[in-house]
Amino acid sequence: MASKKNININLKIWRQKNAKAKGSMETYKLDNVSTDSSFLEMLDQLNEELINKQIEPVAFDHDCREGICGMCSLYINGRAHGPDTGITTCQLHMRMFNDGDTIFVEPWRSKAFPVIKDLVVDRTSFERIQQAGGFVSVNTSGNTIDANATPVPKHDADKAFEAAACIGCGACVATCKNGSAMLFVGAKVSQYALLPQGKVEATQRVLNMVRQMDEEGFGNCTNTGACEIECPKGISLENIARMNREFLKASLK
Amino acid sequence: MAKSALLKSSIAKKYWMALTGLFLCLFLAGHLAGNLQLIFGTASQFNQYALFMTSNPAVKLLSYLTYFSILFHAIDGIMLTVQNKKARPVAYAMNNPSNNSTLASRNMAVLGTLILVFIVTHMVNFWAVMHFDKNMPLVSREVSEMGMSQKVAVGVLGSQAPYFPLDAKGKLNAEVIRRNELTQKTVTTVVDKDGYVVFEGQKDLHKITFDFFQDPKTGLIATILYVLAMAVLAFHLLHGFQSAFQSLGVNNKFTPAIKSFGTLFAIIVPLLFAIIPVYIHFVK
Repeated sequence: MASKKNININLKIWRQKNAKAKGSMETYKLDNVSTDSSFLEMLDQLNEELINKQIEPVAFDHDCREGICGMCSLYINGRAHGPDTGITTCQLHMRMFNDGDTIFVEPWRSKAFPVIKDLVVDRTSFERIQQAGGFVSVNTSGNTIDANATPVPKHDADKAFEAAACIGCGACVATCKNGSAMLFVGAKVSQYALLPQGKVEATQRVLNMVRQMDEEGFGNCTNTGACEIECPKGISLENIARMNREFLKASLK
Repeated sequence: MAKSALLKSSIAKKYWMALTGLFLCLFLAGHLAGNLQLIFGTASQFNQYALFMTSNPAVKLLSYLTYFSILFHAIDGIMLTVQNKKARPVAYAMNNPSNNSTLASRNMAVLGTLILVFIVTHMVNFWAVMHFDKNMPLVSREVSEMGMSQKVAVGVLGSQAPYFPLDAKGKLNAEVIRRNELTQKTVTTVVDKDGYVVFEGQKDLHKITFDFFQDPKTGLIATILYVLAMAVLAFHLLHGFQSAFQSLGVNNKFTPAIKSFGTLFAIIVPLLFAIIPVYIHFVK
């Protein structure tokens, strides 16, 4: 175990009272931050100090704090989920920073992810895309067929599983210079398109999900590949290519 | 639904960018093959080639397809860029995109705009001169008659007169009437006072290309700008070539090969284009 070390940092955090208010970057100094603490614990520590000083604490999204729920966001020092790969913000630790560092903390920036307060953004646009087709219509009235009864080639099952690892955190949108949601939608389209159960509704699914994605105001993919690198679950660009193929097939039908 | 989606949807716009872009890559390869004759061929070979390129109906069709592709690629690109800017109304105070993407991939619109500016200038310098300049020099040669040497324009196949005399400056006598033939842009027709065609000479594209890059005043700057434009093209292709395949949904076991070929194409094609004016300016 590395020796315990405390650091002093400067924080530049986006503060915005509510969805309509004009926000700004505010500077805070925070001393005695353990390098063993997570980034979110550091923010908890800051909020504790702010509350003691009668200042409104910084609002930020978090839930499971084990990298699985996709709730935590934050654009830290110019990168989605901060300076590490394959992690969410709750998995980012203060040992990634040095004593005296200035750390920028901003919300996801996207027209389709409006800021609700401070660092909290509204990601229901992702839910509306899911509702447009990210499901399999199964009759659940007592005669559901066991999923294992339908053989699935191992290769397809693996690819579908990789796509299904998407936690819908929105890092792909946040990091994309075009604010494009195509990695998210590509993953959701792929996870069903690869499986026999999902193929039945494949045509309408891809058309509806892409239409909803466009309506929400996300940008257009220009294949920079930034999303793939910043994705905490390592979702591959292959999924965007698969969505492009599925969309072409569906459009020609 | 399906049909309108193929025009309006975000993904459809990517298909069109990819298809027009890949077609323009083919055009680049063809254009390069023609240009290389400036180094490896003779002047008459090059002018013969120019005559073929402006008169063959299949080439004509391809040229219209090229104009269409350039315009569509540019307009679609502008539309995409405007939409993409709107997708992020508030910019990040701190952004570090170099960690996850290449410079070229993030600046395709800027690179594309520069290429469009180059294409327009390039067409003004060569295409427009070829098509509309009535004083463009004609393919000529020296003939000796009774010990007197004189420059004459050489007629094309089927011309009434095989030669037409030129003045001391190597130009057609000012009194004769010249007009550009509509169907064959590289042919200049000389008509007499009664409107009869007396001579059909071929425009010397080889000469104006060499003059352009060897001009004592502007030749050097033209060469430098041309080379810079090719560098811009290289960066655009570096991202664009492989990106087109991804947009069309091709991401499979061939992708590493496509990426390698794209990189080679993006380096070799602009490099060969750039060597030509450098050769003309410094070597010839």
